[in-house]
Amino acid sequence: MENLEQLAAEARSKIQAADDSATLEQLRVDYLGKKGQITALLKSLGKLSAEERPAAGAQINVVKQELQELIGERKQALESAAVEAKLAAETIDVSLPGRGQSTGGIHPVTRTIERIEDFFSSIGFDVVEGPEIEDDYHNFEALNIPAHHPARAMHDTFYVDPTTVLRTHTSPVQVRVMETEKPPLRVICPGRVYRCDSDLTHTPMFHQMEGLLIDEHSSFADLKGLIEEFLRVFFEKELAVRFRPSYFPFTEPSAEVDIQCVNCGGSGCRVCSQTGWIEIMGCGMVHPSVFESSNIDPEKYSGFAFGMGMERLAMLRYGVNDLRLFFDNDLRFLEQF
Amino acid sequence: MKISEQWLREWVNPELSIEDLAHQITMAGLEVDAIEPVAGTFSGVVVAEIISAEQHPDADKLRVCQVNAGDETVQIVCGAPNARAGLKAPLAKVSAVLPDDFKIRKAKLRGVESFGMLCAEQELQLSDASDGLMELPADAPVGSDIRDYLKLDDNLVEIGLTPNRADCLGLRGIAREVGLLNGLEVSEPECAAVAAEHEDTLPVKLEAPGHCPRYLGRVIRNVDLSRPSPLWLQEKLRRCGLRSIDAAVDITNYVLLELGQPMHAFDLDKLGGGIVVRTAEQGESLELLDGQTVELNADTLVIADHSVPVAMAGIMGGERTAVAEGTRNIFLEAAFFAPDLLAGKARGYGLHTDSSHRFERGVDFQLQRRAMERATALLLDIVGGEPGPIVEAVDEASLPARPDVRLRAERIGKLLGFELPGSEVERILSGLGLGVTAVDGGWTCSVPSWRFDIAIEADLLEELARVYGYNNLPITRIQAGLSMPAREESTLSLRFLRRHLAARGYREAITYSFVEPKLQQVFDPDKTPVALANPISADMSVMRTSLLPGLVTAVLRNTNRQQPRVRLFETGLRFVPGEQGGLEGLQQTPTLSIVATGQRLAESWSSASEAVDFFDLKGDLESVLALGRRASEFEFLAGSHPALHPGQTARIRLDGEDVGVIGSLHPSVQRELDLNQPVFVCEIDLAAVLGGKLPGFSELSRFPEVRRDLAVLVKDGISAAELMGSVREAGGEHLTELRLFDVYAGKGVEPGFKSLALGLVFRDKSRTLEEEDVNLAVGRVVESLQANYSAELRS
Repeated sequence: MENLEQLAAEARSKIQAADDSATLEQLRVDYLGKKGQITALLKSLGKLSAEERPAAGAQINVVKQELQELIGERKQALESAAVEAKLAAETIDVSLPGRGQSTGGIHPVTRTIERIEDFFSSIGFDVVEGPEIEDDYHNFEALNIPAHHPARAMHDTFYVDPTTVLRTHTSPVQVRVMETEKPPLRVICPGRVYRCDSDLTHTPMFHQMEGLLIDEHSSFADLKGLIEEFLRVFFEKELAVRFRPSYFPFTEPSAEVDIQCVNCGGSGCRVCSQTGWIEIMGCGMVHPSVFESSNIDPEKYSGFAFGMGMERLAMLRYGVNDLRLFFDNDLRFLEQF
Repeated sequence: MKISEQWLREWVNPELSIEDLAHQITMAGLEVDAIEPVAGTFSGVVVAEIISAEQHPDADKLRVCQVNAGDETVQIVCGAPNARAGLKAPLAKVSAVLPDDFKIRKAKLRGVESFGMLCAEQELQLSDASDGLMELPADAPVGSDIRDYLKLDDNLVEIGLTPNRADCLGLRGIAREVGLLNGLEVSEPECAAVAAEHEDTLPVKLEAPGHCPRYLGRVIRNVDLSRPSPLWLQEKLRRCGLRSIDAAVDITNYVLLELGQPMHAFDLDKLGGGIVVRTAEQGESLELLDGQTVELNADTLVIADHSVPVAMAGIMGGERTAVAEGTRNIFLEAAFFAPDLLAGKARGYGLHTDSSHRFERGVDFQLQRRAMERATALLLDIVGGEPGPIVEAVDEASLPARPDVRLRAERIGKLLGFELPGSEVERILSGLGLGVTAVDGGWTCSVPSWRFDIAIEADLLEELARVYGYNNLPITRIQAGLSMPAREESTLSLRFLRRHLAARGYREAITYSFVEPKLQQVFDPDKTPVALANPISADMSVMRTSLLPGLVTAVLRNTNRQQPRVRLFETGLRFVPGEQGGLEGLQQTPTLSIVATGQRLAESWSSASEAVDFFDLKGDLESVLALGRRASEFEFLAGSHPALHPGQTARIRLDGEDVGVIGSLHPSVQRELDLNQPVFVCEIDLAAVLGGKLPGFSELSRFPEVRRDLAVLVKDGISAAELMGSVREAGGEHLTELRLFDVYAGKGVEPGFKSLALGLVFRDKSRTLEEEDVNLAVGRVVESLQANYSAELRS
């Protein structure tokens, strides 16, 4: 038995030295396998006397168990080292950009229209659209703007023929709605409009959003409340709003709405021409003549309409300083939205 | 409308700074666009008289002047052509400061000393241009400060009037508003009747009383038009943007600015017989004051004498009968022309005058006599003369009707949303010149002749709200019954479609709806697009029948700006003319168009640089079509399009109708547009894309699928879709999926042929398919392919 200790010492050092699982397996076979040296020692116990046998057996079993554990530990150590080595080899530069199609985007004017649609549809307004080549009746006559009315001069109308125009505003859509729907009505009408004007601050095409509310008890005070709330929600800040008397043939009373300049906060800057105020939209109570041309009883119903320029709102919201960029479709511009 | 602050304050003078006053009237609906000082900032400039003006010894264009500056006589070297002895002009003395901080110092000009500078209007910023020294009247007091003398501490207030407020196209109307807003009386200048000194008149006949219901005239004899307009008159006109012409013209202009009544002065001796206000005879001609001769239309109202037209009524006088140097006797006109009948007439001749501007919007039809008296008194005062009696022709029935307007107290609450005390209602309305009578439940109001914008109750409500102040009105939240809107589930939302395209790398573009006719022609040569009568420019003159010209132009613009990879889409209307062309049968069709050019993917470390091709775009389009859950219902058939590659174009069909097209730009079009790489485009009716269908469940099979792959050799011309359709038909009910997993031509395949590899998946809902079932089905497929396409099975 004197060589048991020697055998164990030799096995221990070989196990520690094994640096791959094949070597380790070979050591297991060499010592603990069916023909292994430790197994052989156990087999040789029979040669010993009955007195010697239990103590010698116990000694060998202790060594056997120890070697088994050592092999197990060593195996685990080797495996985890192998896994780590594999993982280390598989390391990538996670800062590299991902693969695939890049993301495009929505035009800032559409983005603006969609946002405003959301605000109004959440309080029960429907979104309605209409034709862009429009007849004189819907664009003017039904809106209380007869031929040669001085207000027509404010419109710079594109004509297709003497009774057909490119709509100069989205207001004809409200006429079309009133012709086909019965009050109460709550609609907004976004879309392209056209004016024969082109310079630094005008493009011959732009976008408006018209709003119309008709009910039995709607007042100018409601109109003020709705517009003020909308402007605060749109710009996501508290800002001063003022209503100025103005003139649109299809509303009476009519108002122009100014907001405190969102650029300078009202102290005066280039954006607001040093006035501290920015003209943002027109609105008013629907003119009784407009009701009458749509067969709505102005005694029973009252209502209000408002109209605003989408490009103007988008410019103020995103700080765009040149109107023409909206229709240039330069990717360097579009990519910013 | 431009007014001088000083002039306004002569009428009504609230204790407000000009800024506060401007704010006040802006908030009452008279929007002040600008306030500008009438002169630049300067000091040390006095009235001076040139005593002598000698030629400069060393300079042709300079004169050496001895100038009386009041307290001293100074020597000034001056280059102005009108520097002459006896002239009174502004003198900036040494140490004076002119606008833009220009300090005047003693100087030597070509060796001669100069102690100051004689000034032109421009140098004092009194006008934008001048061609010599400012000439002051002979009675200007030498030595007095020019600012005091000309009362230059004044502002020009520019008001952007809305077309309904014709009553404020004269100082009088604005003063009325200011008076009411501040609770002040307005002091009007006296307009007493001028007694006639003789009985001379011209007969006046109204032949078109509907157009001209009132016409006043007056003969004034022996005026002396060599007398200039006095300084105060010239200055007031100048500040309101009008040049002094002669006293007669200046006075009519003055009355126009003051009262809002356009007037005209004729040379009496050039009028033949009398005045006839009539419509023109078609083709009659008239030389106007601006020098142009117009052929008159029969719908134009003219002032004529007994033979020919002498003025275009309410628009512009004639040249022949105009007051001129040497005119001794004049005939003054003050008339009322009906706004609705005059509207648009000036424009028809390319004219727009101060007179037509006012008459088209409405001049107070009771104002003419007052204006006539005012003008007469001023004339007599300035140029002398002997007035005759006023002759007035009037057709009372044709004057504008001013029916009373009822105002119900409850409508104030209902429409404005607040209660206004009755006393306040009466104060505001009567302050505006309305006659207000309390009646049961409200008031009855008579409307003054100067208000053309008050005819119904809503107009009165506006006046109340306006004067009370819009911003003093309450604010409330709308209250309404809630209802759920109908939303078709099967309809795809446009918003979702846009987001989907954005996720696939496209950017939304917005291009103009009008395009260049030539480019339009390239994309749609068979249709005559809707053309604009008055386009902004030739390259934006027809309405697009396709979104592609605009998008392709946007592509070009980007590739020209070093952006070779462009992926854009647009939604919007295209304007498709009917069969006959023009507006008959015009369709305004919501459309989606997509374009792509350049690399398939953005330049990257991980992807090879491959150019986008037809199938990239088609794949993107198919992904869009799948959103509505009926992608398989769309067919792509080889087709043609004038702007697209003949071998790379597909018509897109749905339910047997063409709904769109996809393809690559024709190489010749690409070249013509200077595009240096292929561009892939598609265009499809939005209705086809957005109209989807509801999901419908079908039972899942619990039994395994069996797959068989076939590779067949067919002629090049046979389309995959056709072939696959045939396979589906022959495959029978168990063929649940069919995949095309390879298309090959080249080595090993005879030229003119291609190999298609198909994966057929079979499955039954109620049992596991037997080998026999599948073999039978595959057999049928092979047979049909051989029969229909002479397809050869590849091993």
